[in-house]
Order: sequence, then C-alpha cells, then structure tokens
Amino acid sequence: MNIVVCVKQVPDSTEVKINPETGHLIRAGVPSIINPYDHFALQAALELKKKHDFKVTLVSMGPPQAKSVVQLGMALGADEGILLSDMAFAGSDTWSTSYALARAIRKLGKIDLVLAGMQAIDGDTAQTGPGVAQQLGMPQVTFCEHVDVDGRRIIARKLIDGGYEIVEARPPVLLTMIMHKDYVPRYPSFLAVNASLKKPFHVWSAADIGAEPQFLGLKGSPTQVDKIYPPPQREKAAMFTGSGQEGMAKILQIMKAEHFIEE
Amino acid sequence: MIEVSKKCIGCNKCVPVCPFAAINMVDKKAVMNEACTLCGVCVQVCPVQAITITREEASARDLSGYKGVWVYVELTETGDQPQARKIKQVTFELLGAGRKLADELGEDLCAVLLTDKNHNYDKELGAYGADKVYMVEHDELFEYNTDIFSTVIVSLVTRHTPSVMLYGATIQGRDLAPRVASTLYVGLTADCTALAIKDGLLLQSRPAFGGNIMADILAPKSRPQMSTVRPNVMKMNEPVHGRTALVVRESAKLDKSLRRVKVLERRISHDGGGVKIENAHIIVSGGRGMKSREKFRQLEELSKLLGGVVGASRAAVDLGFKEKAHQVGQSGTTVSPKLYLSFGISGAVQHIVGMKASDVIIAVNKDASAPIFNVAKYGIVGDAHEIVPKLIEALKK
Repeated sequence: MNIVVCVKQVPDSTEVKINPETGHLIRAGVPSIINPYDHFALQAALELKKKHDFKVTLVSMGPPQAKSVVQLGMALGADEGILLSDMAFAGSDTWSTSYALARAIRKLGKIDLVLAGMQAIDGDTAQTGPGVAQQLGMPQVTFCEHVDVDGRRIIARKLIDGGYEIVEARPPVLLTMIMHKDYVPRYPSFLAVNASLKKPFHVWSAADIGAEPQFLGLKGSPTQVDKIYPPPQREKAAMFTGSGQEGMAKILQIMKAEHFIEE
Repeated sequence: MIEVSKKCIGCNKCVPVCPFAAINMVDKKAVMNEACTLCGVCVQVCPVQAITITREEASARDLSGYKGVWVYVELTETGDQPQARKIKQVTFELLGAGRKLADELGEDLCAVLLTDKNHNYDKELGAYGADKVYMVEHDELFEYNTDIFSTVIVSLVTRHTPSVMLYGATIQGRDLAPRVASTLYVGLTADCTALAIKDGLLLQSRPAFGGNIMADILAPKSRPQMSTVRPNVMKMNEPVHGRTALVVRESAKLDKSLRRVKVLERRISHDGGGVKIENAHIIVSGGRGMKSREKFRQLEELSKLLGGVVGASRAAVDLGFKEKAHQVGQSGTTVSPKLYLSFGISGAVQHIVGMKASDVIIAVNKDASAPIFNVAKYGIVGDAHEIVPKLIEALKK
C-alpha cells in the first residue's frame, strides 16, 4: 500500500500573541513546529509501515522553510517528501489548500490511504482533511484514534458523540487523526537526520501539480479575513494560597458569594 | 457544468448511484439530464475519470437568488434505547442565532432534517423558531454517514439556494460541513462564536491560534455562506408551543452503495443513565493531580453534593481515572457551565479551549504557575487531596 501523510508547519500556538495597537500577529521569536496532530498521523503511518512495509510519502504546503517538518518526517522513517511552495498558494483558505494538496496527491499516482491531523493548531478548522478527501473523491473518516490495515480493509476507531465507533472502508480512504496514546510522537536522532538528507525530496510549484490559478490563493478562496483582533481579556484570577481547612473555607466563601450554595 | 469525455466506457457504474436518476446511457455513453444537481457522486464512482464538473467562476455568479437561513438538524442517540434519537441541543441554539439573522435579512429560517423517521421533530423545530422544515425521510438515513448525508445536503442546497447555512461545531457537523463546502465550492468558517449581518453579508467571528486571537471572516463571492458554530455559545429561544413550521417533504433516491464507510461497532458510554457534561450547570473536574481512580471518586461525591456532574482532563481519562464520556477539552466535550470547579488540572491548551467559556472558574492546583489560573476567576494554590475531603465534610453539614 501507498500512504500519504499531510503535514503542516505551524507556529507554537500557545506563544502567539497579538499587538493590541496594530492588530497584527507577533510571530517573531515564535518557534515553528510540526502541527502536533499531524505528528500523531505520521506516527500512525510509520507504525503501519513497520508492520506491513508500506511506502510513506509526506506532502506539505508552505514557505520554503516548511521543508524542516518534511525533513523531520523523513528522519523518523518516511520514504519521500513533497513540499508545495509557490507564491500562487499564498492566502489560500481551506478550500484552496485542499485543492492544491489533492492535486499533488493525485500526481503521486495510486494512493491507498491518506492520513492527516484532525486540525492544525493555528487555524483550528478541521476542514482541510475532508476537503482533500472530497477533491480526491475518497471517503473520509474523521477524528480517528487508531488505524489498522487487514488485507484490503482499513479499520479505524473514531470518536463520535459520547463514545466511539469501529468503522471499515476499502482503499482509497482519507483519515484524520486526533492525538491518542497509541501513537506517541518521537523525535529523530542526529544520525537519522543525516541519513534522511539522502531521501528523495521535491519542491513542487502550482504548475508542477497542474493547479489552475483561479482556484488558488486569495482569488480562489471563498472566505476572506475581514479583521483580526485580540480576544476580550479576562480579569486576572483572584489568587489565594492555602490547603486543608483554609482552602476549603475559601472555596465555600467564594461559592456563597457567587450564589452556588446558600449562606 | 458537467461533461462526459470520450474516455467513457459505458460501464454503467454511475447510473445506479445517481441520487436524482439524472444519468442515462445513450449509445454506451453517459448522458446527464436536467435533474442533475452537480452533486458529484458520479465523478467519484467513475473508474476512468471520464466525468468532469466545472463550477462557474465566483465573480460570474449571480447571488441575488439565494435566500433563506438554514440550520442543519443534528440528531443524537438518547441513550435510553437503541435507535432512539432526539434533536441535539446545539440545533436549538443555532435556531436561536439563525432567527436573528433571518429577521435582519428578511428571510425565512429553515431547519434541514434528515432522518429515517420523523418523531414529531418538526413540531419541536417550529417551537424553537423555524419557519420551514425541509424534511427528507429515508431508511438509509437511520444513522449519520458522511457520503449519504453530504449527498442529500448538496442536492437540497442546489435545489433551494439558501443564503446562509449553519451547523453545530460538533464531531458530526465538523465532518459534514467541510465535505459539503468542498463539493459546492463555497466558503465555510469553522467553530464560530459570534454571527452578525454586515452590509448584507454574514460576519463570522471565531477564535484561532488556540484562542490567542479572534478573526472576523466573510464569504462574499459564494452562497450559501456556511459556518459551524460552537455549542453552548448561542442563546436558544424559549420554545413557543403551538408555533408550527411549514413542512416541506423532499425525496432523495439513496442507494446502499453510497455508504463507503461501514460501522462495525458502536460504543456509547452511558454511565448509568447518561452523563451530560455538555449541558451541566455545575462541573467538578479533576486531572492528573488527583493521582488515582479511588481519589477521583471523591470528586463524584462532591459533585453530587453540589448538584453537578464530574468532568475530567484528558490526562485523567488516559490514566483510567474516569470514563471518556466525562472528558472536557478539544478531543472531549466543550462545556460552559455556570461553575467549573477544577482540582489538580494544570490546564493544557486542549483542556482550556474546552472549558474557558464557563461563567465562573475556580481552580485548585499545587503549582502557582499552572496555566489554568490564567482563565480562572478564582485560584487556590493548595493540595486538592487535603481540600476535597474537608469540602465534602462541610457541605454535608
């Protein structure tokens, strides 16, 4: 089987702040990481590779420096890496991004399984995975915890309201993965990083994947950002220190003041 | 526009799967008739990629004919008996938000209901504000399935051209809406926390970067303008009993072969009658710091005394302290109770996004620098294991 894993480079979201005066993102000094959900999807693919000797190809879209997340994936064991990088992709929303990723995956030939993180931690949309599946005409299974392959059956455990389902699909199929303890993210050794530099890595432009310009970037994106701004600030917590009797008394006092319990 | 190229081998695969019986074989070549809605099912099954759909360029679209605010009705298992389903609360919240939008636009508020059997759902939807209910009743709609549901929604949208369509930002809504948006080539904004009308357009506000920034999004070039909306954020209206919606019955020709993903097993944790942390007013929640399943039980006692339910962080669930149904956070449930009382939860970003909309947060943690204190109204730096038993004792009095 041939597996594709979609990976994205994202800023470490817990550290992104906004300049309250200009309304612009402060991205300087914010480290870039592999989207954590994609890291789990990658580990899932590598587990399958270990068990069944499948081929794993990484596909990412982003600026040239996004190569580092593809390189990380190859150092961890993926066989090949593709980075879609072209000014024509700039400003793409989830529709246009899905379109470009789907074009690239189609170019790779016969693919049986596409894995992606459930969402990226910068946009938090969870829309690109299903978009890619639709554009490729594949069925989708979203919010998966675990995936197994049994012959030509792909079996996944997915979240649903208040529980989970075990589902089955025939390839090709696209799965989006949540973070689950079955796939603990690993980091490669220096030796593995060095060795991965010899693996095939390609940068593809919009023309390389045969993407039509009117579907790309701002022009091709149905949604537009009207404005970004800081969220309303919460007041700082009123802090108290005290365990046992003291802590208990404080909580009772707060709950009375907030009318959760009667005086 | 839909075209069949010379590559067509007349294999007939597309004819039975078309939901609208819009394909005929003429001289061993597929030919589409006017019932075609460009839903794309035939493109998906064609083994030789002979069918292509070209959608009009956005700027060329005439959008004036798109009218109506639509709400996708999500059904959820009641848990009492197998197969019994009820309308999920987020649907009523969407009707509350949609009512305002529809009134401002001077358009109808319509609920879209896909089910195997109508159990007076239309009456409830009318009571909560829907003017119309588009209803598709079909045996194949007995459970949610991405392929089947997206096919039906795409056809309804194509036939009735709404201007706005809202879905709950639930596991189901976030699976269905992007599939529909991708097929229709329309804008979709995820996980909205506020909706308004600005110059006739739907202004959609949503958090991004783990809640560190807010963004306002417009989709000016395409219709419907679609959003998934976060549960527990929009206010639902008081139901007006006897207020009825006009029921518009729609047919769909659905075939088993559309169901490409099959459910082998479904597990719903009911926890003796069903925990409903998403609608709870008071949640007492615990994390890794509770140390063991036995100690975690004290939180159950405490929550009972307060008339609330127990929540848990992902770490606590992974360590087996509490069942998954109680998990609060990104891969669990988003909650916004009146009181969120947490013990031994440090507050990973994935947890915070699931509970920070709570009215009052009281956090207890040993570590004064725990991120949970950034969203709490009251922070107690102390040992949960000393405080919880004392609190139970005091409340018993």
